[in-house]
Amino acid sequence: MSRDKRLSADDYLKQDVYDTASNGYIALTLVLALILNFLPLPNYILLFRPDFVVLTILYWCVQYPHKMGMSVAFIMGLMMDVANVNILGQHALAYCIAVYLTLILCRRLRLFNTWRQAPQIGFILFVMQTTMILIAVLGGFRFPGWEYYFATASGSLAWIPVSLLLSVPLKQKPDPNAL
Amino acid sequence: MKTAPPFFRHGPGPFAKLIVFTCLSCLLIVEDLRFKRFHEVRQIIGTVIFPLQRIAYAPTFIYDEVKNFIVHFNLLEENAKLRRQFLENQEYLLRFHALEAENAKLRELLGAIERIEKSTETKTILAEILYTPRDPFSHKITLNKGIYHKVQLGQAVIDDKGVIGQITRIYPFSSEVTLLTDKNHSVPVQVLRNSLRSVISGTGKNNELELRYLSINIDIQPGDLLVTSGIGGVYPPGIPVAVVEKIEHSPSDDFSRIVSNPVAGVDRNRQVLILSMMQPPVEIPAEAKN
Repeated sequence: MSRDKRLSADDYLKQDVYDTASNGYIALTLVLALILNFLPLPNYILLFRPDFVVLTILYWCVQYPHKMGMSVAFIMGLMMDVANVNILGQHALAYCIAVYLTLILCRRLRLFNTWRQAPQIGFILFVMQTTMILIAVLGGFRFPGWEYYFATASGSLAWIPVSLLLSVPLKQKPDPNAL
Repeated sequence: MKTAPPFFRHGPGPFAKLIVFTCLSCLLIVEDLRFKRFHEVRQIIGTVIFPLQRIAYAPTFIYDEVKNFIVHFNLLEENAKLRRQFLENQEYLLRFHALEAENAKLRELLGAIERIEKSTETKTILAEILYTPRDPFSHKITLNKGIYHKVQLGQAVIDDKGVIGQITRIYPFSSEVTLLTDKNHSVPVQVLRNSLRSVISGTGKNNELELRYLSINIDIQPGDLLVTSGIGGVYPPGIPVAVVEKIEHSPSDDFSRIVSNPVAGVDRNRQVLILSMMQPPVEIPAEAKN
């Protein structure tokens, strides 16, 4: 990680300007993420599918820590638990821990661009999936094998397209009449 | 002391919130693992997310429709094939009727009681798999028929080859099937070759079932077909469940490890049949009651 490289004033000027996301837009993206997670797919694709719901939650958490909190994450987690037929509360707790880590790190994360955020999100996803495995194993399920962590890697890779896509509708169009 | 102006107020900090939600989740987890009382919570959330599951299912549905449309062009061919198959099966069926009659006669001669099958009648509901979870922990699938379609708890689910599992949860418009491969699921079975009775259980792995606690000298060979025995009244008798794959004897263990593979496409099919046994409740003999 290139922490020693300082951001120059130029970097700040080149940044795009974004509108504030409305609550409706955030809710819409969450619903879309749920649908993406519910897609019926063959098993070998499911192994690599990132958890879009948690990525969306984390994105809004980084951008608007005051709008996205643990209560939303908890409810989304319950929905995933019911849909996935897990132990009720497994996803909910894991999502809450992921959101907690993101809330602590959100100021730091916002300093980096999307590419450099990806590995840090990967770390958060790793902690989240470890929580889920711990809950399941303590609940008497079999350890699913290390391939369970493929979703962590794919999740941190998917962070880049997900965060770019989520920010596209919020980008302010340059005013042609401005100087 | 003045309180902070509303602009700076953020409510409880992240760590306090984390503790609250961790406690809440732990309560739910323990409740779900041990007591299973809050069935309604799942019902409500299940009903809320059902439309989303339907939408997610739409691409598959459209794909099926398009495929059906293309398949229509091959109908003649398929019709001929099915006709041939029907004739072949008809022969088996005729022989089956003859055997059944013979069986009844032999039983009469022996003075044995009539088969239980006569008093049981099965009714079927065709359902489609709505959702298979991405999670490797759960061996469960969701079907698109629920309470509204008169699906009941405990009904058996089969495909064209054999048993898939059993309905363990019902929602208004969908239901959950616990697959054979689930660790907590057992089926009473019988070896077809020698009518040996046992109970087969899932192992939590895909495509692996286990006959537990059978002694080393038991008469089971690789390749034996295990069918449902009908004991317990959940599964109708005679439906294929699994084929024995291998038998391992470990010298340190009193029991042999018998691994078998499910016959049905436990993780493959899209259409399945829900069987309901219309069985009269079993009468408990007076002696057993005391």
